[in-house]
Amino acid sequence: MTPRDHDLADESPAVAENEAVNRREFLSECLKACQLAAPVLLGVIRVPLLEAQESESGGYDPAEHLYGMGIDVSKCIGCGQCVAACKSENDVPLDSRHFNTWVERYVIGDNHVVDVDSPNGGMDGFPPVATEGGIRRAFFVPKLCNHCASAPCVQVCPVGATFTTDDGAILVDDEYCIGCRYCIQACPYGARWLHPEKHVAAKCTFCYHRLVQGLVPACVEVCPTGARVFGEVERRSTPLARFMRFNDIQVLKPHLNTKPKVYYANLDGEVR
Amino acid sequence: MARLPSLRGPKVPQQVPRLVAVFALAAIALIAARYFLVPASFGEKGHYRAAALDTIVAREKQYAGQQECALCHSAIMDARLAGNHQGVACESCHGPAAAHAANPVEAKPSVPREREFCPRCHAYNPARPTGFPQIDPVAHNPLAPCVSCHDPHQPEPPVTPESCSACHRQIVSQKAVSHHATLLCTTCHRAPDGHKTSPRTVRPGKPSDRNFCGSCHSADASSPQQIPRINLRTHNPRYVCWQCHYPHYPETS
Ligand code: HEC
Ligand code: HEC
Ligand code: HEC
Ligand code: HEC
Ligand code: HEC
Ligand code: HEC
Ligand code: HEC
Ligand code: HEC
Repeated sequence: MTPRDHDLADESPAVAENEAVNRREFLSECLKACQLAAPVLLGVIRVPLLEAQESESGGYDPAEHLYGMGIDVSKCIGCGQCVAACKSENDVPLDSRHFNTWVERYVIGDNHVVDVDSPNGGMDGFPPVATEGGIRRAFFVPKLCNHCASAPCVQVCPVGATFTTDDGAILVDDEYCIGCRYCIQACPYGARWLHPEKHVAAKCTFCYHRLVQGLVPACVEVCPTGARVFGEVERRSTPLARFMRFNDIQVLKPHLNTKPKVYYANLDGEVR
Repeated sequence: MARLPSLRGPKVPQQVPRLVAVFALAAIALIAARYFLVPASFGEKGHYRAAALDTIVAREKQYAGQQECALCHSAIMDARLAGNHQGVACESCHGPAAAHAANPVEAKPSVPREREFCPRCHAYNPARPTGFPQIDPVAHNPLAPCVSCHDPHQPEPPVTPESCSACHRQIVSQKAVSHHATLLCTTCHRAPDGHKTSPRTVRPGKPSDRNFCGSCHSADASSPQQIPRINLRTHNPRYVCWQCHYPHYPETS
């Protein structure tokens, strides 16, 4: 994606030849033009520097991958192992307010009332269903960052601290984030949170540090029933591709056009 | 003192050098500002700091992944892959063990022997998908730890004691105090041995029609005298007997 400045630079007002333009206006226009063109110029200057440095994540080429996750709702047993594993793998605070991934339990009673709970994100499992009357259907829905192809959080970040990698993961630059919380507001899935100690936005990374080593995310590693499937979106012979071919796939909130890369199978119509 | 016009061609207008100076200053200021404000490596790969990727990639993993465990614990791995827990990764039970895999003697993963652990996945919960093996942790063989009967790496419903009561306690105790107390389970059910180890795949037979009960209870049956009789043709012929009489505890009222 081309950063916005570059686009604007092309349309920057041409220096006026008109005599009627006074000096002040002329100067300020010139300054603006410089300001907009500078990143382009500097970008060009910096290219040789970049080539001198070798890529540090040796052997791994992000351009060769595009990752997504499949979730089969009908297989989830709500054990919460994924939530616990995610917390220890990614150093997420162990309290009940911060989660990269969490599990929701939907209970739809005979009276058609939909009851959703997620005690402690499902990290310790779920207590018995507390409903008067019969249960029509009940199931668990694991949730996480959807790693949208068209991510609102990336668009709103004022400093470019959250970004999309070539392999499709949405990541946060801890050192550069200014903690303004715009992205937290912008995420329609509630998948972002502010780190209470670091004061920067935090979220699921698809366990990016594991991906580059050829491992699956921690939640997928520990899922006992295969409810979570991880793999390449674009290739035909990966677990995810197979999952997507054999199931009726849905994404969350498709009307928002965020183009999520977390794909749900057997998703109930009540799930929001 | 009035200036004389230059004799050597047109003079550069006075404002031009000033303008050039202003531009030069502005450019230097910009470059300086950018140099200090825009972090190194910003924009190398996209509208972000490329070095952030290296930081993220360098995070330490906590979960080694089961392929790694197999390097040293291949026997356990093979056992697991042959059994019902084939989909359950080692670290799903033993917790994060990357430290252990790197240094097996110093760091020990947790070993969840306590009874509270397994119900996390196996306790009955109506939101769990049908067919997933679930037990009532309060009623299912309380007091003993789960691993005393089930091998966690290859859990099978263990080879059961001779009797059917290990798994059908409710039925056995009901029958014992019923009119059918003297009847063996196998009088009415053909129960293959396989049923005791794979109860769901190997199913015993069940009586299927009225004539089966009639073989003892029909007025013309050649069974022991004391057995109460009915007329098979007239005694509620539209139903099978067990729609009214529970066979393990037959009642007449
Ligand atoms: C480099 C070889 C090696 C690897 C890799 C390895 N282990 Fe071990 N593991 C050992 C050894 C050796 C012991 C026995 C240590 C002892 O008894 O002092 C052991 C013991 C254990 C124990 C028993 C600990 C106890 O307290 O009795 C568990 C559980 C275990 N490993 C799980 C794992 C898991 C899970 C993995 C995969 C993440 C793994 N191991 C990977 C070598 C390894
Ligand atoms: C369903 C949960 C579960 C899974 C999955 C599991 N373990 Fe275990 N493991 C246990 C329990 C519980 C014990 C304690 C057994 C006991 O004390 O009888 C144990 C014991 C061990 C021990 C100690 C040695 C022993 O036999 O007492 C090792 C080593 C071990 N596990 C390695 C592994 C490895 C490697 C894997 C993956 C191939 C694995 N475990 C998968 C639950 C599990
Ligand atoms: C992380 C979740 C998880 C944990 C923890 C777990 N199991 Fe399982 N267990 C499973 C899954 C998944 C299956 C396979 C279910 C299937 O085949 O549909 C299974 C199958 C079984 C079965 C076979 C049941 C049958 O009828 O086929 C037994 C017995 C069993 N587990 C016992 C245990 C014991 C004992 C423990 C504790 C040491 C334990 N499990 C811990 C997930 C778990
Ligand atoms: C005293 C021995 C004993 C203990 C202790 C024990 N079980 Fe079992 N378990 C059995 C037997 C026998 C069966 C097979 C009969 C059955 O299916 O109910 C069985 C079956 C199971 C099944 C399969 C049920 C199904 O519907 O297929 C699961 C799951 C299970 N046990 C889990 C556990 C867990 C979890 C614990 C600990 C909380 C535990 N068991 C403790 C003896 C035991
Ligand atoms: C290992 C535990 C176990 C033992 C021992 C066992 N059963 Fe079962 N039995 C089961 C389970 C589990 C089911 C399935 C229950 C279900 O699906 O609702 C079952 C089902 C049955 C059924 C119903 C089959 C059907 O199609 O509905 C009969 C009849 C039965 N058992 C008879 C027996 C008899 C007779 C014995 C003794 C010879 C026996 N069982 C021993 C576990 C056991
Ligand atoms: C008088 C014949 C008879 C005897 C004796 C008998 N059963 Fe049954 N059993 C039946 C019939 C008939 C059914 C079918 C009931 C139905 O489908 O509603 C049945 C069903 C079952 C079922 C499955 C339905 C249920 O109620 O759970 C089990 C399990 C079972 N029997 C176990 C046993 C065991 C164990 C014994 C020995 C303790 C036993 N039966 C003795 C006739 C008998
Ligand atoms: C092997 C022979 C036999 C078979 C088969 C048999 N019964 Fe019985 N039945 C008995 C005996 C023996 C008694 C008890 C007589 C006594 O009380 O002394 C009895 C008693 C009864 C009673 C009477 C209870 C009372 O209150 O007097 C009923 C009802 C009954 N059986 C129903 C059934 C049904 C239904 C079936 C078919 C599922 C069935 N029986 C199959 C032998 C059999
Ligand atoms: C519609 C319900 C119903 C069905 C079906 C039914 N019974 Fe009965 N049975 C009863 C009732 C009610 C009684 C007690 C009142 C009576 O004697 O009519 C009874 C009584 C009995 C008695 C006791 C008779 C006595 O003299 O004490 C036996 C034995 C018996 N039934 C066996 C069977 C058998 C065998 C079948 C299947 C062929 C069967 N029943 C089907 C309702 C039923």
